[in-house]
Amino acid sequence: MKDFIRGMAYVVGDNIDTDQIIPARHLVYSLSDPEERKLYGRYAMSGIPDGLSGLPKGNIRLVEEGKDRSPYKIMVGGKNFGCGSSREHAAVCLQIAGIEAVVAESYARIFYRNVVDGGFFVPFEATMPLNTEIATGDELEINVNLGTLKNLTNRKQYGLKPLGDIIEILRAGDVFEYARKKGLIKR
Amino acid sequence: MGAMTLTEKILARHAGRAHVGPGENIWVNVDVLMTHDVCGPGTISIFKKQFGERAKVWDREKVVVIPDHYIFTQDTHAHRNVDILREFVREQELPYFYDVGTERYKGVCHIALPEEGHTRPGEVLFGTDSHTCTAGAFGEFATGIGNTDAALIMGIGKLWVKVPPTMKFVFEGSLPPYLMAKDLILWIIGDIGVDGATYKAIEFAGDGVYSLSMEERMTLCNMVIEAGGKNGVVAPDQVTEEFVRSKTRRPFEPVHNDPDAKYDSVKVYRSQDLEPVVAKPHSPDNRALVREVAGTALDRAYIGSCTGGKLTDFRASARILKGRQVKIDTFIVPATTEVMKGLSTETVDGENLLSIFQKAGARISEGASCAACLGGPADTFGRLNRSEVCISTTSRNFPGRMGSRTAQVYLASPYTVAASAVTGRITDPREFIG
Repeated sequence: MKDFIRGMAYVVGDNIDTDQIIPARHLVYSLSDPEERKLYGRYAMSGIPDGLSGLPKGNIRLVEEGKDRSPYKIMVGGKNFGCGSSREHAAVCLQIAGIEAVVAESYARIFYRNVVDGGFFVPFEATMPLNTEIATGDELEINVNLGTLKNLTNRKQYGLKPLGDIIEILRAGDVFEYARKKGLIKR
Repeated sequence: MGAMTLTEKILARHAGRAHVGPGENIWVNVDVLMTHDVCGPGTISIFKKQFGERAKVWDREKVVVIPDHYIFTQDTHAHRNVDILREFVREQELPYFYDVGTERYKGVCHIALPEEGHTRPGEVLFGTDSHTCTAGAFGEFATGIGNTDAALIMGIGKLWVKVPPTMKFVFEGSLPPYLMAKDLILWIIGDIGVDGATYKAIEFAGDGVYSLSMEERMTLCNMVIEAGGKNGVVAPDQVTEEFVRSKTRRPFEPVHNDPDAKYDSVKVYRSQDLEPVVAKPHSPDNRALVREVAGTALDRAYIGSCTGGKLTDFRASARILKGRQVKIDTFIVPATTEVMKGLSTETVDGENLLSIFQKAGARISEGASCAACLGGPADTFGRLNRSEVCISTTSRNFPGRMGSRTAQVYLASPYTVAASAVTGRITDPREFIG
């Protein structure tokens, strides 16, 4: 896990469900084929209604049409981020698009587990609604060890909730490495 | 040792512990791992990467593979996913595979699992689908997971879980004739919100719940995930045990709540006080009484899915559709092949359900699957491809869930959906049922 995560913010609202993160018709691509896998980056967040993509203005795509990677590194969401289906494609597609951290007020639990156990990125919980404080395109810096988020665009700083028990899995890399450390998988 | 809820007791037993409490992280032994065509291929590739190309699953009797999502489509990627499942099942010699195009094909996994005897009281079931919580109706711990967690289970037969606190919802008194389990769960979600049960177990109790059939109990547990819940559960009774024994010879040990178990919250409803409800677009917690939105113009009605495509759901719809005509496109999608057969054998006043639906002018799916509940490939039966307004017996109505991002979906009980299909507008089923 990095000590600092820096990059542009992409801001969305409450209850972003997995169908908005990656619409069901795209779930057919192979995750193990390196080329085909990129399509998950291409269609990440493509199910979100235009007016609600990239707040506060809206109509900003996470990934430009025809591209596989996003210029945004930190997703800022509201309550219940990742609700809906258990599709791990939703967590993976954000990683493939280039997201390194999500900061949300709260998460749906299957999505949260998928992010942590897969080691896809760091899911931080905010201590207040940040998706109304931060605008898409703001330059952010997260101090992972201190648990703070700085908005470099307007110099405001916010505290994040401690990562808690999951830090052991994130530090190990993923749930498999964690299980190996615990002696549950023979090396 | 403190008293435990049903969920806590099942988890303790599977962790080899005398006692567990909410918030504890424990490793549990898994009784059944279920996967399907959408998440199976990803799970298999992670399993091979982590445990080796020639690795074997921890227990072939405990892995159940049910293709159900993208079956009746021309999409070649979707077919490739089913091929990957076939190859893996062959290589691992898995006995429980319900393959497409064979006599064994079932359809929607959550309905297929109990039909084939894979849901048993007191057990721990994980599945790569959020609606795996449906199986809690059988008095077991059941929840949805992603590919990574499923691959870990395939390798070691264990998974870590945080023990959830339990919220208890009690329904006093049997349901009035115009209400269904779908109304009860939409009522709860409307009260607590789409994140009201996040990280928590929901237990359904009271004589209102125990008077329900297994299929109706499944509807309750199925939508627990729509409130963010980890698992839903109904304590097993005679109805549960008789159902399970009719499906499997495997032994099982029912688990019950300790009399002084501690709950996170307890809420009591009087069934008689409740009314038919819908969840308006675009969230399952956007509840309204049917009479408050009655008259809303509709383009389509949809009856199907793990939530609302069981025989009970079609029997209820047929009671209203018998001798009447639908005014809007009405799609009938049986969840499984067994439900599909039931349409020809089950009758309402002497007429079989299939005939009732055909005469009413409904469109009946040729195959059992998840179909348009989650949109799927563009050629999926019943998919909303434009800005249609649809009333549906399914579980989710977030933007784009059934296809187009501009479509609007109202969630409701089979009674309400059927009544609305007849008039072409949202209609209170009490207009048809006393």
